[in-house]
Amino acid sequence: MNMIVCIKQVIDPEAPPASFKIDSASNKVVPPQGVSPVIDPYAEYGVEAALKIKDALGGKITAISLGSNQLRDIVKKPLAMGADELVLLEDEAFDGGDSWSTAYALAMAIKKLGEYDIVFCGREASDWNAGQVGSGIAELLGLPSITLVKKIDVSDGKARVERVTDEGYEVIEVPLPVLITVSNEIGEPRYPTIKGIMAAKKKEPTIWKPADIGVEASQIGAAGSHTKLLKLFQPVREGKCEVIEGESPEEAAANLAQKLREAKIL
Amino acid sequence: MAENKGVIVFGETAGGKLAAITTELLGCGSKLAKELGQELSAVLVGSGVSDLAKEAIAFGADKVYVVDDAQLKDYQTDAYTSVMEKVIKQAMPQILLLGQTSIGRDLAPRLAFRLKTAASLGCLELAIDPSSKLLLQTKPVYGGNAQAVFTCETFPQIATVRVKTMEPLERDQSRKGEIITVDAALEPSAIKTKVLEKVAEKVEGVRLEDAEVVVSGGRGIGSEEGFTQLEELARMLKGAVGATRPPCDNGWVPAGAQIGLTGKIIAPDLYIAIALSGSSQHMSGCSGSKTIVAINKDPEANIFREARFGVVGDWKKALPALTEKLKELLAG
Repeated sequence: MNMIVCIKQVIDPEAPPASFKIDSASNKVVPPQGVSPVIDPYAEYGVEAALKIKDALGGKITAISLGSNQLRDIVKKPLAMGADELVLLEDEAFDGGDSWSTAYALAMAIKKLGEYDIVFCGREASDWNAGQVGSGIAELLGLPSITLVKKIDVSDGKARVERVTDEGYEVIEVPLPVLITVSNEIGEPRYPTIKGIMAAKKKEPTIWKPADIGVEASQIGAAGSHTKLLKLFQPVREGKCEVIEGESPEEAAANLAQKLREAKIL
Repeated sequence: MAENKGVIVFGETAGGKLAAITTELLGCGSKLAKELGQELSAVLVGSGVSDLAKEAIAFGADKVYVVDDAQLKDYQTDAYTSVMEKVIKQAMPQILLLGQTSIGRDLAPRLAFRLKTAASLGCLELAIDPSSKLLLQTKPVYGGNAQAVFTCETFPQIATVRVKTMEPLERDQSRKGEIITVDAALEPSAIKTKVLEKVAEKVEGVRLEDAEVVVSGGRGIGSEEGFTQLEELARMLKGAVGATRPPCDNGWVPAGAQIGLTGKIIAPDLYIAIALSGSSQHMSGCSGSKTIVAINKDPEANIFREARFGVVGDWKKALPALTEKLKELLAG
């Protein structure tokens, strides 16, 4: 089994909300002070999904990450978790892209890698929550795509997957190769082992520039985007909470009940 | 690009009727179409969906494209993308709206890439820019910490809209519209996936999405047993129980109870938030609630910035007292 997982370095989504700041002049998020970036948590579910298959059937996992200023200690995490190779699409020309230009660059890199049975992506990334790159890669490579997947079984050149739906889930069978976007229901990603961390330290990532994957600067990053970000802002909270008083929590709660009744909310 | 005109809504059905999201999209679409001075259309794709075309007209569509084919009974990415590509090339709309549902969020990006345009998923607001006439697409980003406004200069501009964020029009059976049948012309060999089984989660009582009252707990509830107290209050108020992510990850409640950007998006009349801090991630799943009430021992918790009423204190003491007092008041 040859598997490819698309990952991404992001601002830690678990950082305290108070540390979240926007520079409205540039429409960009200001990286919070003293909080290290992380691998996008959704992409980690993708790594976990690939590792589960590798545990069962063996195989090779290649992680791909796109961007500039990718911190080696961060983007090497999939290797520490058990992936075999890491490819970095690293160039400033890749920056500022939308789903279109990002999927295009990743698709070209995957094409260059050549052999694959399953390509994994997170169901969306925790920064822009776009949720499109996976389906986009599949469309560009002419692969079937199954999104929001929570379970995968592979046998006889086919995958049998469970896809989360609004009502529950559905079971879908698909021949390989296929692109799968993974949802958090797949299960918590494993922690890197000490052995994994040591191995990852020694492993050098493969770096590809736009020319290495045969793309022009005009097709990638901000230049290759179809969408334009007009404005990025933090929604204003109203903050008009009436705190219900009482001698004890019990009394306050009883007063709250009274209040809800008086205000005809219940 | 100049010949693209009109707004088109991808309709979903549920139990032989138009899904609620479809009527919401038609409501939103009719406003946008009016502003552009253009037509509103709907597309119905499926098996046995023809009869619903009149319903779509009653809810605001001027034109309904119907693709009715036994092979389209279940949603499948390949089949639906290819059918929608065909309809869009025939209808040539400026704007395509879908619901942010398990179908819409799968179909919209795949179709956008096929049509060499772009989509915005999970929009909360849509408007027409007065000068450029482009669709302004507002959606939460960074897990709800921020919102972004996007435009797209390729047509059709595609957006998925969150459930319960738009108002449907009044149903008007006297409305007239045109029904256009489109042949699916599917190549069975082009459909690579096969749906083997559809499993509906069993829900006791009211579905979370439909509940008027939701009692929701966070990490602070601490255990599965703790949630039985939330269930008691929910049952009494004929509501449902929800949760933030940690209780779901810890197995105290089923994964389907999760409310937030990564879980369900709900908008009940009353949201009772217990022992949850109110992270942006969680709030983006319930901020549409009419009234939020919070019980939390931390007076600085973010939830108090979102709530209308709050009790600062230990939920283990406050919740039983709240339940008991409400029981008394509602009986009286």
